[in-house]
Amino acid sequence: MEILSQYGHILLILACVAGFFMAWGVGANDVANAMGTSVGSRALTIKQAIVIAMIFEFAGAYLAGGEVTATIRKGIIDSEIFASQPELLVYGMLSALLAAGTWLLVASILGWPVSTTHSIVGAIVGFSAVGISPDAVAWGKVGSIVASWVVSPLLAGTISFLLFRSVQRLILDTEDPFANAKRYIPFYMFAVGWMIAMVTLTKGLKHVLKDADIKLSFLQDAGIAAIVGLLVAGVGVTMLKRIKRDTSIEAENRFANVERVFAILMIFTACAMAFAHGSNDVANAVGPLAAVVNTIQVGAVTAKATMPSWILLLGGLGIVVGLATYGFKVMATIGRKITELTPSRGFAAELGAAATVVMASGTGLPISTTHTLVGAVLGVGLARGIGALNLRMITTIAASWVVTLPAGAGIAILFFYFFKGLFG
Amino acid sequence: MALSNIANLFGRSPIKPIEKHMATAHEASADLIPFFDALIKGDLKEAEQIQLRISAAENRADDIKRDLRLHLPDSLFMPVSRSDLLELLHAQDEVANTAQDIAGLAVGRKMQIPESLQSLMTTFVESAVATSAQALRAINELDELLESGFAGREVTIAKRMTEELDELERKSDKLEVEIRASLFTIEKDLPPVDVMFLYRVIEWIGELADRAHSVGNRLQLLLAR
Repeated sequence: MEILSQYGHILLILACVAGFFMAWGVGANDVANAMGTSVGSRALTIKQAIVIAMIFEFAGAYLAGGEVTATIRKGIIDSEIFASQPELLVYGMLSALLAAGTWLLVASILGWPVSTTHSIVGAIVGFSAVGISPDAVAWGKVGSIVASWVVSPLLAGTISFLLFRSVQRLILDTEDPFANAKRYIPFYMFAVGWMIAMVTLTKGLKHVLKDADIKLSFLQDAGIAAIVGLLVAGVGVTMLKRIKRDTSIEAENRFANVERVFAILMIFTACAMAFAHGSNDVANAVGPLAAVVNTIQVGAVTAKATMPSWILLLGGLGIVVGLATYGFKVMATIGRKITELTPSRGFAAELGAAATVVMASGTGLPISTTHTLVGAVLGVGLARGIGALNLRMITTIAASWVVTLPAGAGIAILFFYFFKGLFG
Repeated sequence: MALSNIANLFGRSPIKPIEKHMATAHEASADLIPFFDALIKGDLKEAEQIQLRISAAENRADDIKRDLRLHLPDSLFMPVSRSDLLELLHAQDEVANTAQDIAGLAVGRKMQIPESLQSLMTTFVESAVATSAQALRAINELDELLESGFAGREVTIAKRMTEELDELERKSDKLEVEIRASLFTIEKDLPPVDVMFLYRVIEWIGELADRAHSVGNRLQLLLAR
């Protein structure tokens, strides 16, 4: 107790710095993956992608990130254990942030594939199991999180596969692909708008609505989301109207004009992807921070706590700074390499991944956005949509799963004992 | 995370290089038309120049082929089978090789085309080159095929193109029979060794059409699921 009152300010500042550092890492590396497909398929310029990322990452974190934050904060560990020694939770969460941040930095320098989600979950499990006691970990919850890491790429792959198949059936394999593209693409746009509105209503705004004493039934939610979807589709239709058929580019490839129509849809799915990423990954970074802030302010571990909005702001700011300082570079490299992904494929991959991530965020499961996107891309590949996929990458990803958990855990344990020794 | 980016998931698509390779192979075979024109005119200097051009195109095709083979590791997941793709590449390469062999032999022998064969010879060479042009047209469908996921309507279009190729190859065969018969009637008035090699060049021009035709066959196999 007295430790917290004595060193509270120092710990608070440390936690904010570490949380910001994590968010910076997410912005610098992860966002480029989420947005790289749109840049690669030339649907967006790098500048446009950055702006979209900033706006929608923020919206996603703010409107739909709450559940994941809660899981990271208290779902993985059993807060009962910490009731007598709240400072241990503070040290632990601080260590988890620093460990994940350090590991991300090291991995980025060495060029290893690492997932933010995996490192933060590994770090939290590590410090609780070793630093406190194995009982402190809610193993059942951890099990379901790990299972979701396998399930999410599969699910995203399935959705993308089906989406691309529907594109083949409805648009590409028809007499007049261009006219059909214009006819059917608004429906996909509607799906994007509906999905995001649905998650925001049922998860993100739930607390806001509850405070205002508004209770919406599932049907009402669906209805409001449908209206949002229609609005999104309406905006899309006006944008599509501007695309005129340019027969001069069809000599090279008959589908050149169809891809131009899909590029408009890509802009929408890029927004969805940024929103999904924000809802999942920003929460990873600010979850531990929220736990620290809460414990220091209250002086005890509370089971239920309101999420101060400045924490989400800090996380969002970290992402934006990460994007602006380093993400640019990563985005340019990735964009150059992903030219294979034409807009008609990119949209299927992004929508599949975004849907999966948003759903997982809704249930509070922290999953890896990048790995989900990889699963989605493979799904499009299985529908014979991509010229060449490098399957060695799959091994690399599997290896990164195996390595990141113990690495995050190990570094977190070191930090934990360091803080314990430092502050007593 | 620098490596976990999804950009590393993408291998280099083989479709564009395959198309480029066929275009180069056709360059070599298309040059046979001016080459035989020069031979008929008796302009050996020009023929030698064109023969060098044909050789250069064949070399370029070889480079593309080597590069493409190096970038098709087993770990690559493609919409079409890897072995079918390599077989197609081999068939295309044979088109360039045959063109180079024809030009090389004719220049080496300082070949002269007898008066009575000249117009028939021109038609025959043009027909063989038309076959390779049609093969190129069919191969150029590959990017549209990839776009539509190698399914449906596009496959039908590509198949129709390969059927037209069958037609052209049959025409070349007919011409080959005709030109052989014409040569047979005049062969005893010509130096025997020259006649031998004339027969050989005729055989090889027929082979050029066959090779182009087999590119079409390979493409069909690639599309058969």
